[in-house]
Amino acid sequence: MTTTLQLGIVVGYLLVALAIGLVAYRVTERTAEDFYLASRTFGTVVLLFTVFATLLSAFTFFGGPDTAYAFGPEWILVMGLMDGIIFAVLWYVIGYKQWLLGNQHGYVTLGEMLGDRFASTTLRALVAVVSLFWLFPYVMLQQIGAGGALAALTGGAFPFWAGATLITGFMILYVVLAGMRGIAWTDTLQGAFMLVMVWAAALWVLVAVGGIGVPNAGLTANNPEFLALGSDFYTPGRMLTFAISIAFGVAMFPQVNQRFFAASSETVLKRSFALWPVLVLLLFVPAFILGTWAQGLGLEANIGAGESILPVILAEYTPAWFAALVIAGAIAAMMSSSDSMLLSGSSYFTRDVYRPLVDSTITERREDFLGRLGVVVFAVAALGASIWAEAGAFGAMTVGSILVEIGDLAFGGFAQLALPVIVALYWRRTTRLGMLAGVLVPQLVYIGFNFLPEVAVGTLVLFSDAYLGWGISIYCMILGALVTIAVSVATTQSPKEDTALYFEGLTAD
Amino acid sequence: MVSKAESYGWVVVFATLLAFAIPWFLWGDARLAYGLPLWLWWHIGWMALASVVFWLFTKRAWGLGITTGERA
Repeated sequence: MTTTLQLGIVVGYLLVALAIGLVAYRVTERTAEDFYLASRTFGTVVLLFTVFATLLSAFTFFGGPDTAYAFGPEWILVMGLMDGIIFAVLWYVIGYKQWLLGNQHGYVTLGEMLGDRFASTTLRALVAVVSLFWLFPYVMLQQIGAGGALAALTGGAFPFWAGATLITGFMILYVVLAGMRGIAWTDTLQGAFMLVMVWAAALWVLVAVGGIGVPNAGLTANNPEFLALGSDFYTPGRMLTFAISIAFGVAMFPQVNQRFFAASSETVLKRSFALWPVLVLLLFVPAFILGTWAQGLGLEANIGAGESILPVILAEYTPAWFAALVIAGAIAAMMSSSDSMLLSGSSYFTRDVYRPLVDSTITERREDFLGRLGVVVFAVAALGASIWAEAGAFGAMTVGSILVEIGDLAFGGFAQLALPVIVALYWRRTTRLGMLAGVLVPQLVYIGFNFLPEVAVGTLVLFSDAYLGWGISIYCMILGALVTIAVSVATTQSPKEDTALYFEGLTAD
Repeated sequence: MVSKAESYGWVVVFATLLAFAIPWFLWGDARLAYGLPLWLWWHIGWMALASVVFWLFTKRAWGLGITTGERA
């Protein structure tokens, strides 16, 4: 019964999304700018919720509550600092300036904006290729997650490959049809829906167990360290590493960064900026505290073996239809992150790699077509890789820990782009070579330290993923800023570089 | 246009928002108030405060360092 219900709700969601996509298709112009950015027309509510829903991923509903279940609710503070404050500041520092530049010069991607200022196709393509390198496995993650969730939902009747293929097929159809406008519309609907659901779930559980005192009593008796701030897991170094590297990473994730361009006006940017911390607060507190309550209520989920705590606590205290609605919403959240990723991945490829390097003469209409084709190629390739990976390498590992591990690696990878970009946006003396080195060097070091085996050199361990309690991503970010500045100081700007572009004549509406 | 003193003021305000988003002075504190840890109430208040500060910033100083240039 529950399975049918859950499948029914998932399919129902797909159909609603498709209907919205069709409406969006009807009002869409056949140009790349419209396909990728909805012609920069987003109002406050749509911009706020589309960024919000894009950030909502499997982690919000599965990984996050699982972490709060296993280690305590401090992750809420990490999310608050990360998304609520640091990301909001970046929204202004990077986002607002990007929006002004995009509005004046018609930029659609980050690489395009940098390539223009530094008169460098190489830089443009490099930023795109680095982004695609991290984006591709992240899309795979969402496919693996969705395929796995559907398989679990149907008790294996719907095998992993079939679930992943169904969802990918649907996403292709949807993204190719609807473009950014349709995605943002469904994001808005979905973000608002999940916000309501997660509060309803928390209140429902509270009423059902007889008040907040009940889980608290369990925690005080069995896990007193959960209520105290900090633990062996939640060290200051670890909390700050996550908050900083993920926040900077989020700002450079193509699907988030691209949304900086899409606001219709300055007022929209201002309002979204001011409302942002409250939205973060409203979502993450109830979602994550549910995981901690589950611990206090003595519920059991084998997180290490791939189970998630959220379905367990919902199944225990709320009716089947309600639990189904929340779980289906969570699966939909994974999809809504991936469809945005497919779209921005395609735009990075067609705009920053194909157009400048292969065929610079293509028309708007043709680029629009190529963008849609890019979505298909990107999605199918990621699907193939997902099915292959699931069959072999990831087979024995848990969905939850894979999500957190690779997911965090991708965030750290994107975070390496942030400081060179900020330096370029605010320091006139930045040079082309400075940027090329500043983008490339930290990527190589970050990848090296994460993937090479540890080597002891005297008392020093090389290629460890943390030093002095701080993650390697933080050190690489600092390195990136230093390299950008040092190489810029050591080199001179080429006459073709256009510094004034970023510093003169930037005015508000 | 924002005065030089106010520009520095905003830098200090933003730095404070960042520095105390995690209430370090409550480290190890397990006291509860109305069923939630004290540090979680701090978080709730801090996020609300951040929203108000951001809103004031958009009213008074939006564009600082971007449209007004570094010499503002």
